[in-house]
Order: sequence, then C-alpha cells, then structure tokens
Amino acid sequence: MFVEVLFWVFAAVLVIAALGVVVARNPVHSALWLVFAFFTSACIWLLLEAEFLAIVLVLVYVGAVMVLFLFVVMMLDIKIELARAQFVRYALVGALVAGIVLGEIYAVVKVRALGLPTFAAPVSHPANYSNTQELAKVLYTDYVFPFELAAVILLVAIVAAIVLTLRRREGIKVQDVGKQVAARAKDRLVMVKMDPEKKS
Amino acid sequence: MNPDLLLAIPLLPLGAAIIAGLFGRVIGRVGAHSITILAVGASTVLSAVVFKQIAFDGVPAYDGTVYTWLVSDDMPMRIGFLVDRLTAMMALVVSFVSLCVHIYTIGYMHDDPGYQRFFSYISLFTFSMLMLVMSNNFLQLFFGWEAVGVVSYLLIGFWYTRPTAIFASLKAFLVNRVGDFGFVLGIAGIVYFTGSLDYADAFRAAPEITRQTLPVFGGVNAMTFICVGLFIGAMGKSAQMPLHVWLPDSMEGPTPISALIHAATMVTAGIFMVARMSPLFEQSETALEVVLVVGASTAFWMGLLGIVNNDIKRVIAYSTLSQLGYMAVALGASAYSVAIYHLMTHAFFKALLFLAAGSVIIALHHEQDMRRMGGLAKYMRVTAATCWVGALALIGTPGFAGFYSKDTLIEAVGESAHRHPGSWIHEYAYLAVLLGVFVTAFYTFRMIFMTFHGEERWRTAAAEGHGEDAHHGKGQAHEVHAPRESPWVVTLPLVLLAIPSAIIGFMTIGDLMAGWFGGSIVVAESHNVVAEVAKEFHGAGAAILYAPLHLPLYLAAAGVFSAWYLYLRNPALPAKLAEALAIPYRILVNKYYFDWFNENVLAALARGIGKALWKGGDGAVIDGVLVDGSARTVDVVAGLLRRMQTGYVYTYAFAMVLGLAVFLYLFVLR
Amino acid sequence: MITLPMVLTLSGILFAIAIAGIFVNRKNVILLLMCVELMLLAVNFNFIAFSRFLGDLAGQIFVFFILTVAASEAAIGLAILVVLFRERGTIHVEELDTMKG
Repeated sequence: MFVEVLFWVFAAVLVIAALGVVVARNPVHSALWLVFAFFTSACIWLLLEAEFLAIVLVLVYVGAVMVLFLFVVMMLDIKIELARAQFVRYALVGALVAGIVLGEIYAVVKVRALGLPTFAAPVSHPANYSNTQELAKVLYTDYVFPFELAAVILLVAIVAAIVLTLRRREGIKVQDVGKQVAARAKDRLVMVKMDPEKKS
Repeated sequence: MNPDLLLAIPLLPLGAAIIAGLFGRVIGRVGAHSITILAVGASTVLSAVVFKQIAFDGVPAYDGTVYTWLVSDDMPMRIGFLVDRLTAMMALVVSFVSLCVHIYTIGYMHDDPGYQRFFSYISLFTFSMLMLVMSNNFLQLFFGWEAVGVVSYLLIGFWYTRPTAIFASLKAFLVNRVGDFGFVLGIAGIVYFTGSLDYADAFRAAPEITRQTLPVFGGVNAMTFICVGLFIGAMGKSAQMPLHVWLPDSMEGPTPISALIHAATMVTAGIFMVARMSPLFEQSETALEVVLVVGASTAFWMGLLGIVNNDIKRVIAYSTLSQLGYMAVALGASAYSVAIYHLMTHAFFKALLFLAAGSVIIALHHEQDMRRMGGLAKYMRVTAATCWVGALALIGTPGFAGFYSKDTLIEAVGESAHRHPGSWIHEYAYLAVLLGVFVTAFYTFRMIFMTFHGEERWRTAAAEGHGEDAHHGKGQAHEVHAPRESPWVVTLPLVLLAIPSAIIGFMTIGDLMAGWFGGSIVVAESHNVVAEVAKEFHGAGAAILYAPLHLPLYLAAAGVFSAWYLYLRNPALPAKLAEALAIPYRILVNKYYFDWFNENVLAALARGIGKALWKGGDGAVIDGVLVDGSARTVDVVAGLLRRMQTGYVYTYAFAMVLGLAVFLYLFVLR
Repeated sequence: MITLPMVLTLSGILFAIAIAGIFVNRKNVILLLMCVELMLLAVNFNFIAFSRFLGDLAGQIFVFFILTVAASEAAIGLAILVVLFRERGTIHVEELDTMKG
C-alpha cells in the first residue's frame, strides 16, 4: 500500500520532470530537469528491486553523462529562446504524434496481452538477497561476450570523441614520439676527418 | 481461244505506256506516239480477231486463270479473263475509240510540253479499262476500276499548274472514292457468302444468296444489299446523281480525254459492271428499282442543265450524264442488252461530238464559250458535217445509230412500266426517258446552232480581246483571221467515228433483237422486256418507217424546232425567257446547288471535324494532357516532394517517427 | 502493490513526451540529445519492469548494456555538437539546413 503510493508520487514527479525538459527555455534548466528525472526514475527502480541498476543510473548517467551535457551546454554560446509563438503551433503537432504513439503502445499492451497470464505479484526477496551478486552471476557467465563488446564500444566512443574534437594549434612545441624514434644517426651527426695537430 | 492472244490485248498498251512514260524524253515525241499507237492499234486488231471468233466463228466463251497472285485463307486471288460476247464487244469498242483518240491527240496536243506523258497516260488507261472488262473475278475488276480512276485523276489534272484542274481532278477522285466505298461493301458481301472472288462462283450462288438476310439496317435482304453496294460503285464511276458532280468539272482536262474517258469508256465501266452482274441484279427487285430511280433522275434532270450552260464541253458533258442515266434506266428495267447496245452507240457518237468540239476549240485558239462562236460551218466543213452526224445520232434521228438504241431503250422501259402496273417508279422512269428526248434534242441542236450557224460572234469577240485563255497575251493587236479546218490527224478520227455513228445501228439492231448477247447476260423470264420489244421488231428498215408511230420522233423534232427558233430565228428570246423564269433559271445555273452543298456543307463538315480532332484531339488531349501534361505532373509532384527535404533534423526525426507509427500499426496491431 | 500495466503506462508516457520533445524543439540540438536520453530511459523502464515480473534477470543485464551504449552515444553526439558549433557558430536548429532540397 505504502509502496504503491510512493510509486504514484514518484511517477507524477517523473512525468513533470520530463515535461520540464521539453518545455524549459533555458537549456541549462532543461539539463537540470533531466537530472531530476533520472534521480526520480532511480527511486522507482529501487521500488522495483533493481537496486544495482538504480545506483548505476545515478552514478553513470547523472554523474558522467549529464555532467558532460552540462559542460557542453555551458561551453557553447546558446541563446535563450525568447519567441514563444511558434512553439504552440509545433506543440500541437508534436502532441498529436505523441498521442498516436502512446495510443499504439497502449493498444499493444492491452490488446495483445503478450500471451502472458495476469501477473501475480512477484515475491519480494529476502533481506540478504543481493541484486548485485545475482546480476554478476549471470553477467560473467552467460553474457561475458557482450560484456567485452560493451567495453570495446566504450573504447570506440572515447577514440571517436577525441578524434572529432582534437585540434592542432600551429606553432606549439610538442613531442612527436614517432619522429623521435625514427631519427637516424646520419641525420644528426656528421663525421669529419681531421688531423690531430695543426701543420706548421 | 488462245490465252496468250488475250493476254496481249491489255499488255501491249501497258508496255507502250511504260516506255513512253519512262523513256519519253529519250524516244522523243514521234517515238512516244508511234509506239503507243502501234500498241493500241495491235490491241484493236486483236480485239477484232477475238470478236470475230466469238461472234462469227462460234468459239465458246473463255473463262480461265492466267496467273494466281496469292492465296489467302483458301481464297485465291487471280488474274484471269472471262471473254464472252459482252466482253468482246466492250474490248473492241474500248480499243477502237482509244485508237481514234490516240491519233487525234497527235494534232490536238501538238504544242503541249507534256506530249509523251499524255500518250503514256492514255495508253495506261487503255490497259486499265481492258483489264476491267476482261476480268473474270472481282479483284481484277476492282483493280481495273481503281486504275482507271487513278489515270482519270492524272489526266484531268494533266495541266497541273492550273488550280481549277487540280481541284477538278481531286474532286473526281474523291467522289469516285465515295462510290468505291459502296462497291467494296458489295464485293465484301459476295466474299462473305461465297468465300470466293470469282464471277462464276458468285453467279452460281446467286439464288442461294437471295434467300439470306444481312443483320444491318434492321435486317436487309443480302442480294439487295450486295447489288445496291455494287451500284453505288457504279454511281460513282458512271456519274449518276448525286455522285455526278465530278463529271462537268472533269472537262478541265484536255478534250481527247474528255472524249475517251468521260464519254466512251471509263464512265461506262459502271454500266458494264451492272450488266456483267446481271445474274445478281436479276435476283433483287429492290436493287433494280433503285437503279431505275437513280438512272431516270440523272437522265432527265442532268439534261435540263445542258440547256443553260455556255461552255461547249460542259454541254456535251451534261449530255453524257443524261445518256448515262438512260443506260442506267435500261439496266433497271432489266434491259441489259439494250443498255450495253446504247453504251456502244453512245461511245461512238459522243466521242465524235467531243472530238469535234475539240477541233472547234483549237481552231478558235482554245475558245470554249459558245457565245463567242457561231457560223463556223462555212470554215470548218468536215468538223461541222461530222458534228451534225453525231448530233443526229444523239437525238435519235431515224436510221442513225442513236435511233435504234434509244428508241429500243424507251420501248423497253415502257414495256417494263406495263409489266409493273401501279408502280410509280416505273412510270417515273418512262416519263423521264420520254421527256428526255425533247430535252436532248433541244440542248444538242442549241449547241450545233450556236457553234456552227448563225451570227459569227467570234469576230466581235476577237476584236474586243480574247477569251479566258491568254493564248495571245494581252494588249497585242492582232488581225481577225477566219478559223481554218483542223489538220487531217484531227479530222480523220472524226470521220472514222462518224461512220459507225451513222450506220452501226442499222447494221446490228437485228442481231441485238435476236438475242446476240446470249449467255453473257442473264435475264429472268418475268423481267425480259427486250424479248417483248423484239416481238414488235420487223427489221431495221421497217423500224425507220414505223418511227412516226411512236412519240419520240415528234419530241425530238419539237426539240430541234425549239432550238432553231430560239437560237437562229429569234436570238434575243432566250435572254428574255431567262428573265421571265428567273427562279428555275437560277436553280439550273447553280446546278441544283449540289456543288454548293458539297463544298459548304460536306466539305466544311469534314474540314471542321479534321480541325477539331487536330486542335482538340491531337493538340489538347495528346499533346496537352498526355505529353506535356505528364511532364508537368512530374514537375509539380517533384516540387511538392522537394519540400520534404527541409534540411532540419527534427523534420527528418518526425518523418521517422511517423513511419515507425505506421509500421507499428501495420505489423503489430493488425 | 505495483502492477505491470502501471509501469508500462508510465514508460509509454515518458516515451511519448520524449518524441514530442524532438520535434517541438526548434531551439537547439542539445535538447534533441536530451530527448533521446529520455527515450532510452523509458525503454529501460520497460526492461526493468518485465525483468521484475517475469523473474528473469536478463532484462536487467540488457539495461546494463543499454546504459553503456547510451553513454557512449551521448559522448560522441556531444563531440559532434562541439565540432558543429566550431564550424557554424550556432547550434540553433533552424539555422542548420544546408541539406535543404
């Protein structure tokens, strides 16, 4: 009972936060609304007993990704949207399409019923149940290969981001390791034959 | 009968025509006329030989194939000859008149730059006409039919730099085409019922066809349909009303061809064809009645037009139309043999009249208006004399050729009216041919008196300046010299034609009455008016003595007297009469408004339809909608589609989501 | 207690809001990326819900991977954005229409 009420509260807050992302005029505000949304959804996930993921959501998503977003938002010179008139027109179209999609999703869920029996309330786990441990058991055995792949994806992302944004400035003194290693003696040194003493 | 001999008859003129046509410049004028005259002369001799064999030696008729061109769907298309008495007579007439015209042309076309071309054409014509009359199947008949039409077109438009000549030649060809449409339908009917193009098969199947009906126009008797179709072709070729309009205009061509084609031979092709198809026509009373009405109308009403015309050639042309009507009436009365007999005599004296008119025309330097002639008998004795012979023959003077053929014709029609009591068609026909005698005599002698006798109006006409033909140029002072008789090459054919015009009737009427044509013409017993007339016949000489007992003699005399009175005794009277009878006069001068109707209604309609289809159909629909329209549609659609590429990411995202929604609907929810 | 349809409805609403956000937004590209993150969040909700109600941990594993990929995608997206800003001087969506047909 209490859990249900909590869920409703969190759900309401989440929806408001999502709307806030879309509607906010200042992009920084939008980003902050999004952070709020993530926090709230983490709470809901806790209610659904997905503890590990809830914490990961906060740590990774909020802590890294949203921070990154905020960096970029504040770095770029973004003008605050002042005109409101056009917004309303687009909003109607947007609302319409959103409504259609929502309706379809609802229809799928309700009509198809996915061939599943009505769900009985799942049993709450005992206090010593470790979600993290259970996840680890599955992750490192059945899904180890995708795990490695995920790591590679992250690597690709890093490399891509660096490659895209790296600029070379002219005229700075930098070490070029490649050039250092490729240096050869005869490029640096010239042997000159000389007599030991001056002829008188 | 030797098939090679028969083959030579049409092929010799063809060969000469090709040589004179293609190598005319190489062989020169003398070469051109020599080779063609030689060829046509040979044809004439051979035709005479064939005629002798058939008529006197009792050789049976020949019906055979010379060459099979192709076989289509079990129906062979052949070149073949059917030579019986009818054919032999026609072939002889055609080749003889053609020969006379060839000789005449040496004099008439002496100064013309297209000399060789002319000879080539008239030889070609001879070939076509001979193929037509000697044919034994419908295909060859049609070939000859069309070929004479083409050559007629070429010859009417011989002086192709004159717009009137071109107009006339096109008119002739197109009006003929209208007739040909019916003709082809008739032939198609024959093929439909017999599956064959041969005459023999058609004649054999004739009684059977009469029992069938065709599901057109609400169910019409098959034989009636076929015969009417064939007769429509004859109407076009033989210039019956209302397809007569081309014949007066065809006088734009040189006079020799007016004589050859439009008097003696080509126009008689229709008459010949109907006579040849007598086994078919005899099966259908309705068709015969149609022929009767059309022929009678042509005979009388066309004759009236000769009274008001002032061009000497056109008067003779209307005379030809009228006489063709007479022949058609005879056909309609089932007197086929009399029709062909009249055809033969008419060929002689009408060709004679035309050639005589041509002689007058060149003597007066291409003057054709009779109001500028007169009193020429003194200067052109041979021409005048032969022309008188022709005129006397035409009006049916007892003893001359026309008397025997025309009077027999009128009696046969009278007998036919007698056999169909209460039939207005037969009464109308009889009345038409009877009254036509008066009209014929009147316009013929009007022509004679205006041309050869009376005041010498050409003197005053010459002093004023010349006629339509700018032969002497303008503003040139010239002396008024009396016209001289034409050279012997012109007058010889006149004499050659005058002889049969005078005596051939006397010589041959007996044979006709005795049923000379025999099996080549088939007449049903109930229709056989000629046999009835033959019963009254007691010999050629006796017929002359009996002439005063019949009406035609008096009608003819009255006509001659009226012409004498109006044009010699009291020349001012015709003008006053024209004023008094203004409305009938105007109708006659406008030729019953047939030409007006054709040009302003039918031709305008055709042009209007053409223009509508061109501007509306071709221009608006095909060009505008299909061609340009499709291009413009592509342009418009592309313009619309282009707007989807806005360059904004959110538009693309929107499109993606929309697509997703659609797919979701299609694949998940259905 | 919490039922499955409740969670699914919630995630659906979230997803719809995110979609609306994409084309309502005319302001800047960052908002676009944020709406994408919202959509991914909605999907994650679905997975968690089904994992809970089916008792199958595979759902949560999948969320793990989605998180990974979303993070890398956000990083690259922002890098592109930075470069775009360097070139164009603006991230206003309506000014980015060089691909216009």
